[in-house]
This record gives sequence, C-alpha cells and structure tokens, in this order.
Amino acid sequence: MLVITCPYCGPRPEIEFAHGGEAHIARPQDPSSLGVEDWTEFLYMRANPKGLHAERWRHLHGCARFFNALRDTTTDQFVATYRTGEPRPDLAAVKA
Amino acid sequence: MSGSFRTGIGGRIRRERTVRFRFDGVTYAGVEGDTLASALLANGVHLMGRSFKYHRPRGVLGAGADEPNALVEVTRGAGRTVPNVRATQVELYEGLEARSQNRWPSLALDVGAVNNLMAPFIPAGFYYKTFMWPRKAWDALYEPVIRAAAGLGHAPTAPDPDTYLNRYAHCEVLVIGAGPAGLSAALAASRGGGRVMLVDEQCEPGGSLLAEPDVRIDGLSSRDWIARTVAELQANPRVTLLSRATAFGYFAHNMIAVNERLSDHLAQPAAGAPRERLWQIRAGEVVIAAGAHERPLVFPDNDRPGILLAGAARTYLNRYGVLPGRRVVIATGHDEAYRTAIDLSRAGVEVAVIADLRPRPTGPLVEQARALGLAIRTGCAITGSRGGLRVTHARLSAILAAGKLGPPDEIACDAVLMSGGYTPSVHLFSQSRGKLRWDEALSAFLPDVSAERERSAGACRGIFALDAVLADGAAAGAAAAGIDAPPALRSTAVDADPAGVMGAVPHDRGPDARAFVDWQNDVTSKDLKLAVREGFQSVEHVKRYTTNGMATDQGKTSNINALGVLADELKRPVEKIGLTTFRMPYTPVTFGVLAGMARGDLFDPVRTTPIHGWAVENGAVFEDVSLWKRARYFPQGAEDMEAAVRRECLAVRSACGIFDASTLGKIEVVGRDAAEFMNRFYINAWTKLGVGRCRYGVLCREDGFVMDDGVVGRIAQDRFHVTTTTGGAARVLNMMEDYLQTEWPELDVWFTSTTEEWAVIALQGPKARDILSGLVEGIDLSPEALPHMALAEGHICGVPTRLFRVSFSGELGFEINVPADQGRTVWEAVWAAGQPHGLTPYGTETMHVLRAEKGFIIVGQETDGTATPDDVALSWAVGKAKPDYVGKRSLARPSMSAPDRKQLVGLLTEVPETVLQEGAQIVASRGLKAPMPVIGHVTSSYYSAVLGRSIALAMVSGGRARMGETLYSPHGAGEIAVKVVGPVFHDPEGARVNV
Amino acid sequence: MSDVIAAGRTPFEALNGLSMPGLSAAPDRTRYILRGRAGILAPVAEVLGFALPTDACRATGSDQRHALWLGPDEWLLLSPAGDRLDKALAFAIGDVAHSVVEVSHRQVGIVLDRPDAAAVLSVGCALDLDLAAFPVGMCTRTMFAKTEIVLWRTGENVFQIEVWRSFADYLWRYLVLAGAEFA
Repeated sequence: MLVITCPYCGPRPEIEFAHGGEAHIARPQDPSSLGVEDWTEFLYMRANPKGLHAERWRHLHGCARFFNALRDTTTDQFVATYRTGEPRPDLAAVKA
Repeated sequence: MSGSFRTGIGGRIRRERTVRFRFDGVTYAGVEGDTLASALLANGVHLMGRSFKYHRPRGVLGAGADEPNALVEVTRGAGRTVPNVRATQVELYEGLEARSQNRWPSLALDVGAVNNLMAPFIPAGFYYKTFMWPRKAWDALYEPVIRAAAGLGHAPTAPDPDTYLNRYAHCEVLVIGAGPAGLSAALAASRGGGRVMLVDEQCEPGGSLLAEPDVRIDGLSSRDWIARTVAELQANPRVTLLSRATAFGYFAHNMIAVNERLSDHLAQPAAGAPRERLWQIRAGEVVIAAGAHERPLVFPDNDRPGILLAGAARTYLNRYGVLPGRRVVIATGHDEAYRTAIDLSRAGVEVAVIADLRPRPTGPLVEQARALGLAIRTGCAITGSRGGLRVTHARLSAILAAGKLGPPDEIACDAVLMSGGYTPSVHLFSQSRGKLRWDEALSAFLPDVSAERERSAGACRGIFALDAVLADGAAAGAAAAGIDAPPALRSTAVDADPAGVMGAVPHDRGPDARAFVDWQNDVTSKDLKLAVREGFQSVEHVKRYTTNGMATDQGKTSNINALGVLADELKRPVEKIGLTTFRMPYTPVTFGVLAGMARGDLFDPVRTTPIHGWAVENGAVFEDVSLWKRARYFPQGAEDMEAAVRRECLAVRSACGIFDASTLGKIEVVGRDAAEFMNRFYINAWTKLGVGRCRYGVLCREDGFVMDDGVVGRIAQDRFHVTTTTGGAARVLNMMEDYLQTEWPELDVWFTSTTEEWAVIALQGPKARDILSGLVEGIDLSPEALPHMALAEGHICGVPTRLFRVSFSGELGFEINVPADQGRTVWEAVWAAGQPHGLTPYGTETMHVLRAEKGFIIVGQETDGTATPDDVALSWAVGKAKPDYVGKRSLARPSMSAPDRKQLVGLLTEVPETVLQEGAQIVASRGLKAPMPVIGHVTSSYYSAVLGRSIALAMVSGGRARMGETLYSPHGAGEIAVKVVGPVFHDPEGARVNV
Repeated sequence: MSDVIAAGRTPFEALNGLSMPGLSAAPDRTRYILRGRAGILAPVAEVLGFALPTDACRATGSDQRHALWLGPDEWLLLSPAGDRLDKALAFAIGDVAHSVVEVSHRQVGIVLDRPDAAAVLSVGCALDLDLAAFPVGMCTRTMFAKTEIVLWRTGENVFQIEVWRSFADYLWRYLVLAGAEFA
C-alpha cells in the first residue's frame, strides 16, 4: 500500500485515494469546434510511460481534492505531488 | 529404530513436561518446547511425508521455515484442518493430531509411489509434452486425473470457525528477525527513542543463538544475553516485540505484512480466542535480519529419510535435545558441518566419517574435529545412499584429478548430515525491489541497492561471524534510528570459513541417478539439465518448465544449487544467469488471516434505509442493490414473487402503492453558478427550469454514452436537488467534483451528498393525493398548484418535507422526502392514512415492471455504456441550443447517429403468456444456424398484469425503423417470434400522471 | 392536518444493545456542510463565535459548537440538536459565494472513550494514531475498514467518529469485535 502525500493533508495511505488517469489534459474550451482527430486525441489518447508520469489522484476519503502527482511507474516512488492548476514541477528543481 | 533419541541434558525444552500427541494415528510422547519434527525425531521417526510428484518417502530435511519435506496436516476437527504445515514449525501441544500427506493407504506403503518407478517417463515438462493430444481427452480424462493427483494436502470443507484479527501499526524502525543481528539492531534502535517493532517467526527470540548454548556474549551465556536483551526491549514502552510473527510480505513504501500466530501452539485455546492476526506495519526504516538458509548437497538419492541438513541436526541436538541418529556420516563442503560433528560427538553420537568435498579444509573448526579424533576424508564426494524408509549407508568416493572419482565405499550409518554452506535469506529484500549482487566468494546473492528505506544486517547480507553479526546489527539499528552505533560486543564464538559449495556433487552413477535439487517439487539436477538441452536458457523459463523453486518453500534450499547446475550446463557464470523473483508470502499464510474480520456480518457494510425495519416486519423479501438491502416484494400468504408482483402492480394502477425510494442517490448542488454548472454537466437545459419545478436529467460521459439519470428539482435559484440512480450516486458525485475542480474551478458551486439525509417515500397511484391530503401542512396538493414535475416544501406529519410530484410508474405520484430519522414515522403515518384507500406496499420488482410498462429505462439495464441518449429514445431531453455539455462533441460524431445503431424498442411475443429471457438475443429470421447474425438483445422482460400479457424492452439494430416487423429470439431448438412495437406499453398519452 | 409526533429513530436501534465499554452514540446534533470562498471566514466566525479552522485537518470550537476542517473550502459544523445555523449563516455571509447544506440526519456520531481507544481504532484505521501524528484537535475523513468516517480526536483517549447512517451499524459491530481482543 502506497503512501501518497496529499498537497493539503500530507502523507496518507493509498486506500484514501482514487487514481484519476493522466494529468495535464485540459478539456478544450469549445469542443464542438474541434475536428475528429483533435477530439479523439483529447478523449482517448493517453501516455503510458515507463518512468516518470504525471497523473491525477483524488484524496477521495480525505479532503476530497483532486491533485497531480509525479510518480515513477517502474518503482512506484512519488517524486512530487502538487495542486490542480499548478504546472508540472521541473524535475531538476524537485531533485535539488 | 527403537528407543529414545532424546539426550539427557541440554536444550531449551522442559523434559519433565511430557506432551502426548498423535502422528498418523500413533500416539507418541514429546516434551514441552518440542516441535512436531523434533518430537518425532526424538522417537526415532524420520519418515514424515511423501514427495509431491514421485511419492518418495521423505524425512525431515531442516529445522525451520525452509523445510520442504515434512509437510503435514494438523487437525483440530472440522474446519480446523490445516494442510501443508511444516512439522519443523508446529509447536507441540498436548493432544496434537497430525497426519502425513500425499500417501495412500499409509505413509510406509503408498500406492502412488508407482510414480517413482515411472520416473523415467515423468521428465521435466511432462505435462506440457504429454497431454496435448487428442484435444478432446483433456476435458474428459487428463484434467480430472491430473487434478485428482495434483496438489498437496486437502483443504477443509467445513467453514473455518476461528476468528482472525487485523492491526495497522506504525513505527520509526521495524526489525525483522530476532536472531543476534535483529536483537542487536532492535536494542540499538530503541535507544533512539522512536517506536521500534521487532518481529520474529519463532516462538521465542534468539534465532540461531537458540542452538548455540555454549557461546558467551558480553560475558554472558547466549541464553542470558538473549534474556537481558529481551528484558530491556520489553521494559521500553516504545518497543513492540512480536514472537510467532512472520514478516511474509514487503510492500511498497515500507509496508510490511506480518502474520502473528496467536493460538495454534495452545492445547486448549480459550473459546473464541483469535487464531491469527495480520499486522500491516508502516515503518520509517526497516532492518532486515532474516538470517540464512543452509544449502543441501545435490548427490544421487540425497532424499532418503535420515538425510538432513547438518545445521538442522545441530539445532535438534542443542535446542531440542534430540539426536538425529546413533551413527552419522557428515557430508560437507563447508566448515559449519564440523560444528555439528563436534557437538554430536560430544553428545555420544558416533561420527562415522566427515566427508569433505574440499581438498584442503583448514581453520579452527576443522582442527577441533581433528583434535577430537574424528575421521575426516578430504576431497571426498558423497555419491549416493542406500536404505528403504531410512538411510542405512552413505556411498563415498574420493575426488581424483580432473574430476574423476575413485572407487566407492559404503559406510553404514543411520543418518547423513550434509551442508553445502549458507544462503543468505534475501526474500524480503528482493520483495522490496532491492537489487542483488552475486558474491563469488560466498556463492551467494547479497543485497546491493535498496529500493526502500531499508537495510539488511547479519547473515542475510553474508555476514556470518558472530561478533561481526552483532556489530552489524547494532550498526544497522542505530543508523535506522539516526543515532551513533553502540560499542561492539565480544563473543567467544569460533568463526567458520563462510565459503561453501553449490551445484551438483560429482558422481559416477550414470545418467539416470536422481540427485534432488528441489525436494518439495521433486526437481532433480537431471531435470534442470534436460531443460537446458531442450533450449531453455532464461532462469525464469527453466523455473517454470521444471517448477524448481515454485513450491511453497520458495526455493529456500534449492535456488542456489539450481543456479549452480544451470551455470555448469550453460557454461555461464552465475551472475549472468540471475535469480528468479521472490514473491510474497515468505511462508504460506492462511486465507483466514488475509480475510481477517471481513467475514459474516462484517464482510461488507450492509446498508439499510430508515424504513428497512418496517419492511422486515411486513415480510419483505430483499435484494442486494450495490451495498443496499432493498425490499424486492411483499408476499402475502403463500404467494411467490410472480403472484406478489402481479398483485402489487394492479394495486398501484388501481389504487395506490407505497415504495421505499430512500436509496436513490441525492446530491445538493448549491451556489450562484449552480444552474450554469448543471447546464454544462447534464445534457438537459436548466436555466429556464423554474424554482419549484423538476426535470428528468440525463448525464452522459464525455464519450457521449449515457452514464446516469434522475429527477432534478430546483429548490431555489441557486439550489438544485439532484437525484441519481442507487448505484450511481458516488460515481456521479465524483464526476461532478472532477469537472468542477479540474475544468471549471471558476464556478461558484458546491456539491453535498444528501442521499442519507432524506428518507424517500414514493406514493404512486390514483389515490395518492387522497391519502396525502390529510397529512401535509403548508402544501397545496391541487394539480394547479402542484402539477406533475413540480415540488413543494412544507410539512408532513409535523416533519419538514420536500415533496416531489413525480412518477416512475406512470400513475399520479409523489415522492416524499423527509429527514431520515423521521422516515419510518412518516412512512407509518402514510401507511395508516392509506388503509381506507387500499394502499399496498411494493418493492423493486414491481417498480421495475411498472416503469417497463411505461418504457422508462433503467441505466445499466437498457444501457450498457455504449448507448447514446438517442439510442434509448431520450433525444428529447437534450438541450439542443446549448453550445456545450459533457458528451456533446462525441454525440456529433457521425457514427453516433448511424441508422443501424441499436435502439430502444418494445417487443410483444406472439404468444402473450410467453415471457422472454432478459439478455436473450434477437435475430431477423427463423431457422438460422449458429453462429448467426444477431441484431439485438432483450434488456427487460416481464409479465404485465395490467395488460394481461408479457412485455419486453430491447435494444435492436435500427429498431425504430422496424415497427411492426416480426423478429425472433432463439430459444432452445427453435425461436420465439416477437413483434416490434414502441417502448411505451401502457397509457402512451400519459393521461394518468396528469390528474 | 396531522398531529403525529415526529419521533426520531436512529440506526442504533437495530443493534439491540450490542455494546462495549467506552463506545457510545453521540448525542443528537445539528450538522451542516459549509462550503465557500475565502470571504466567508469573517462572517462565519461572527455567527459561530469562533474562527473556522484554516489549518488542514484541525477542528475549532466552543463548548457547544464545533467546526471541523474537511477540505480547503469545506467544513463540518456541529452544534447541539436544535441549534440551527443555516439562516444566520446565509444572512451573515450574504453575497460571498457559499453553500450551506444540512446533513443532521445523513450521519451519526459515535464516541470511543477508553484508555486504549487508539489501539482499538488501529484494528480498522490505517492512520498513525500516535499522539504526535494525530494530536488532540485533529480531524479528518479517512477509512475504517470498508467505511468512510470522519475521525476527530477530542482527548488523548477520546475519539468522535462521524459516519453516514447506513454504515453506522457496520462500524459499530466492527468496533465491538475489534474491542473484544482488548477486553
């Protein structure tokens, strides 16, 4: 069971969280103006990286906030968690 | 083999306390402190089991968790029978009842042993090769026979009557293993002031020291040093010390699973005493002090009863006061066996010979043995054994130059004690995803790079000399606690050369000799070589093909020897071959402890509504809807469900029914942007919905498919009362929060689940208004003031209510929302008021029929995650003028409006009494042979009492263009003819709700 | 018009007296979920008589009323039965965007008050309940076995638990079974 650091509540056990898929995929402002390919890209295409992955989590059974996390998919180690709306942290800065 | 093999003195047993037990129906005597294995050995019994594949007679091999042979079934009666437990880890108690396994009719005479004679025909990969053809024989013949023969032990068939506990724990430092390294680590860590946990699988702390009575540490006997250390730990309130507690799994972020056995060692556990407890320990730092496992020697016929590990024999002698035999042969490639020889010799056992594979063994232990006058043959291989159910002779051959062997020599003996060296236990380290490195000098994989906040100490990282182990443990414990290491302790231990041997011992016994590598899965060196010859190169493939290391012992005794054999055969160094992955559990754990308290009443929460008690008292039959119990129907007298539902349906249509709708999901959407949010989220238009009015809302996912539905009432300009399906409430709320928090955070709107705030009483039927009229206060029930799809706030029976005039039945209907605590009171008041009007309680089954008669869909029944609103005839609900809503763009895709999409239709069977099966397929013509083109399926099907015939809803390709067509539902050998009609069967004009 | 007395019935009735020392049902409460933009802090403090907690997972309160931080813009307000706050809050908050929803009946309160309360809870709660990690005054939503709860430590050995009413029966039974090993 992972320990996930909620940006609001601090480190908490995984059972309080729900995974929310890849982060930083903004819903288009005006979906109806999008062509099929752009809409398909938004709706279905997701990265599946080996290594660092920006993903959404929700502290469902805690503060109930969605937030983003950088997790290494090969080790399950979290490099950073940050609030929705904040940019993906610069990795070099995180490691420093 | 008669007489006692118990020594007169020594050991950690209490000789004066006799313990009687039975093994295979024979009563024996052991003493307090024995394990089942040590007690049997004390009685001269080595034969404890039959091997898995060849049914070869097997004796105990080890003395601990690594035991692959002595797997027994311990029973305390029905439901308390545990198969496959290691006799070496079963603590003896008065009346213990154990049975050997994998034999019939008896352990000594086993019919299955014919497999042993068939061995040449059961090579590695036998199953893969043999049962491939004919295909049909697999189901009828091969699989049943294999299944009957496979497996070890028998699972009990009665329910497990024991209780199992769970505990979450947190500590700054967790130490795994209470041997010399672990005790030192825990003691050092405890001085840091943080919380320390020390878990150990044995019945008392001490580990390897329990078999070292003569060693002195820090001026104390080992026994006293253990006692002093444990006393200091126990006196510290920040330290938790668990015995009989096996750390069996190492999970991400330093979560360690520990199985604590609470009562298996007790003769008479108190009634209801819990059997085991699962600890889920989150540790800041972990110190693994798991010790090492002794390696057997791989020589022909090395599996006879009476052949065991030398270190295990020493444990039996020094800890349990048991002699492994009267005249023993020691076969070794490692110094440690000399300790065994020396101790046994001093205990009066005749050591016939020490056969050492090494040409020139040196060191203090070898010298001690020589000084005692023990016969030592160096450069000597053990090449076989003789005997029936017990070894009688060891076959020895001198190793000549260039790997040639001298003439064999048979030495009479009643036990052969072997040692190839020690394999550090890296199971938990490997589970933690740490990286191992190969140490050529030790012939061992050692922990290298940690993946977690963890460190290994002592033998499990290749440190064997006792002083070094004590220092390593203390250093690890102190480092884990972030403090300086304490001064080193000195002991009187004589150190052994840690180097050993691995792989197969050379022999001259020809290609058919069987030298076992994996005792538990009956894998020989020959099998491993065969796998290589057949092209398997990867250690992972060889493992799966031969099953080496795949038994419940996780290859504790076999992994390194298997690698040695493979390295020889592949002509590759071991580090290039690599090790297979260790997985949890380290030793088997019961299903009981994994289930823990989640059984019976506590398996899952059982959610009931405030009105549940009334339904129980009135004879309701319940069904599970997600975690909820919902009343399905209310039978009267001897009614079955069909009869009850027909009566309930007719009562609603002719008078009135009362229904508990409390489980419906409810979400309060509040804020000045509430309407804007609803507009963006649901497919409907909301801005023009007036306060006090309701609308049927449909929710799509972004891919355009229907996700949920429900009536939404506007309580105020900035407040909506949203209802969802019973099962969809949490999903819808989560999706709302997702869009609000991550896409539209600028909106001033908030969501609060109110599902359980309100009890909901649905009153449906032409008499509903008459029943209600005497109960409400401050609400005008007239059709003008409260028309269909309107709501009002006021009081009912003195209780505040939100009264919705809505209908899921097609009749005049109300849904009375009242605060949950008052739900039952109001229900009973309505019930009483309804008696003169023929009010009838109904359940979910009738609710389903009533709504199907009206063609109302149920999300998840008519829809399956691929239905658009238009597919289920809900395109009228779409707010077409809205620039956007969730799902709108996807619905604009051409395929979403293709004419051949499956569309909701009604079906009427040609024979009115025939009720179609829900889920039945629909085809276009008669007489088709499978596989046939299917054009749809039945989603709902009932007998409609009010119509006097069956009705069905179905999703049929291009269904709306097929009105009047006759289609067919394959059924048995033929098919049922159906006519396609509109989905609304009853009162299509909707006159009955508008009264 | 009806004169039926609206007697309240709680989920505890179904437990038929199943009990354990230190475990009790909390008295009836009035409960609200308060949400809103930052501007509500001052007016709400006026109504409550104390400031809303803005530190994560902390509760503030007076003798009678309490505010539990559940999220960065979410508070659970607890007050004695009958102490209705919704109108006063709406009036005080005025034009600042907010939401007040009554949840008095959605959930029930359970009190665990015994010397080993933290240990009993650790049977089903994965949080570290050591006083250093979960001090008096801390509150949070979390999981207990398979049900969500709000856990609030009001004393070294006293925990208030708020749970949705249909899960109360499960939680209560679980706690009683959990407590058996500490008897």
